[in-house]
Amino acid sequence: MKRPQRTTRAPQPPQGPGATRRQHLALNQWLRSYGRLHAQVFISSLGRLYRNPFSSLLTTAVIAIALALPSGLLVILDNLQRLNTTWDGSSSISLFMRQTTSDAQTDRLANELKSWPRIAAVHIIHRDQALEEFRELSGFGEALNALEENPLPGVLVVKPGNPDETEALLDDLGRLPEVELAQIDLQWVRRFGTLMDICRRGILVVGALLAIAVLLIVGNTIRLDIQNRRDEIEVSKLIGGTDAFIRRPFLYIGLWYGLLGALLAWILVSLGFLLIDAPARQLATLYDSSFLLAGLSWQGIGILLLTGIGLGLAGSWLAVGRHLDDIEPT
Amino acid sequence: MIRFDNVSKRYPGGYEALSGLNFHLPRGQMAFLTGHSGAGKSTLLKLIALIERANQGQIHIDGVNLARVGRRGIPYLRRKIGITFQSHKLLFDRTVFDNVALPLVISGYGTAEIGRRVRAALDKVGLLGKERAYPITLSGGEQQRVGIARAVVNKPTLLLADEPTGNHDPELSREIMQLFAQFNQVGVTVLVASHDLDLISQMPHPILRLKQGRLIETGGIPET
Repeated sequence: MKRPQRTTRAPQPPQGPGATRRQHLALNQWLRSYGRLHAQVFISSLGRLYRNPFSSLLTTAVIAIALALPSGLLVILDNLQRLNTTWDGSSSISLFMRQTTSDAQTDRLANELKSWPRIAAVHIIHRDQALEEFRELSGFGEALNALEENPLPGVLVVKPGNPDETEALLDDLGRLPEVELAQIDLQWVRRFGTLMDICRRGILVVGALLAIAVLLIVGNTIRLDIQNRRDEIEVSKLIGGTDAFIRRPFLYIGLWYGLLGALLAWILVSLGFLLIDAPARQLATLYDSSFLLAGLSWQGIGILLLTGIGLGLAGSWLAVGRHLDDIEPT
Repeated sequence: MIRFDNVSKRYPGGYEALSGLNFHLPRGQMAFLTGHSGAGKSTLLKLIALIERANQGQIHIDGVNLARVGRRGIPYLRRKIGITFQSHKLLFDRTVFDNVALPLVISGYGTAEIGRRVRAALDKVGLLGKERAYPITLSGGEQQRVGIARAVVNKPTLLLADEPTGNHDPELSREIMQLFAQFNQVGVTVLVASHDLDLISQMPHPILRLKQGRLIETGGIPET
């Protein structure tokens, strides 16, 4: 970097007490002109995008869609997973007793089952207890008082010793004479969880592919830009532009593409969220749940923007590295 | 300022553009370089600006051995040299002002300093009123002068010009040559390649004459 008013001779060794101060000033000046170069390119590269609004918008939109797709899917997945974690992950078997089975018989059966090696624990819910619980949870208190007898059966909640043997245990328990119905409550929750994991991996794969797509889109756009600005690059080299100077506008354009693409992706995801939010609330009300859909978190937005900027810079860096050296003045 | 020691340049394919060149152009001197087309005038200028590299011999510019200047050093060497081109090499998507300002932007000058220096340079070549114009709207002679303004705006110690008079009419050509003479009067070393013998023989500066890549006349410039 040439300093104004001074030639580019090799730096002299410091002489006398003023030398350090002079060096300090020179460094200051260098930093100032360096900052100026960056600020100037920062603005002028944005201006360049602004002057070709159609093609800039097209490129930005493609980048935005490529970024919005995996971000949106991850937001949906996070919501589903949040729904999932509100339930207990481990399954247990509920044994509903026949109406004719008394509490004493239920207790006896519980004691017998506790001695089975395949069973880890048995929790007893007597008929009265079940009614009491139902009264509290359902809000049908007055209506239940009107009933002459308790309609609810006693329940044994059995915790299997080994989760893998749950199916076999379920069959055996279902054949017991006292038992009306044996049911696994939470099996589907586990299946759902596994499905979520598969989906998450799928989204990551799709996201990685789309990230490569963004890289290529930016790279190709910058490559075309380099070709269009061949004269400018050649002249800049002829009059003493360093590689860094010539590279800089292209890198900033890549940065802007990435940043603008990510911002547009944020808007797209938010719009999609607004569209789903109302029906999701309705659904939650129908299930009497207080579940609320969560949009992109601040952390997620930060990651989205940084990913966009990173991909934009990397894409333009690839193009610049490959094509800028080809242009030499003749 | 420019010192050639036994310099030869052979292009890939075996064509020898320059062979065994020896001369020394002192600081503050102005000289012309002439010869038929294909005699090696452009190649000589390209060697000085490191657009091409010599195959043999040594070139010193302002005391710097060009063989020692690596790829990264080339921009800083070129900033010390102002060059004008036969084809002008202006950028047509920006104004005259922005064209002339480019060397200063590259060197990282501030806006105020750039404005002051660009106007001074445009004033010297008589184009002060055209700073907002686009090069495409200018005549060939005016474009050439924009190129000259760009070459001198960074206050180079050495000014190179490749056929600056081009195909202009004699009067315009004389004006342009006078312009270079004026820069020389304020201490800039100037080397002008031109085939316009009528014009340059009227001027009081030595003439280097190339013929088929050899220096056949130095016009009083010392050989090394």
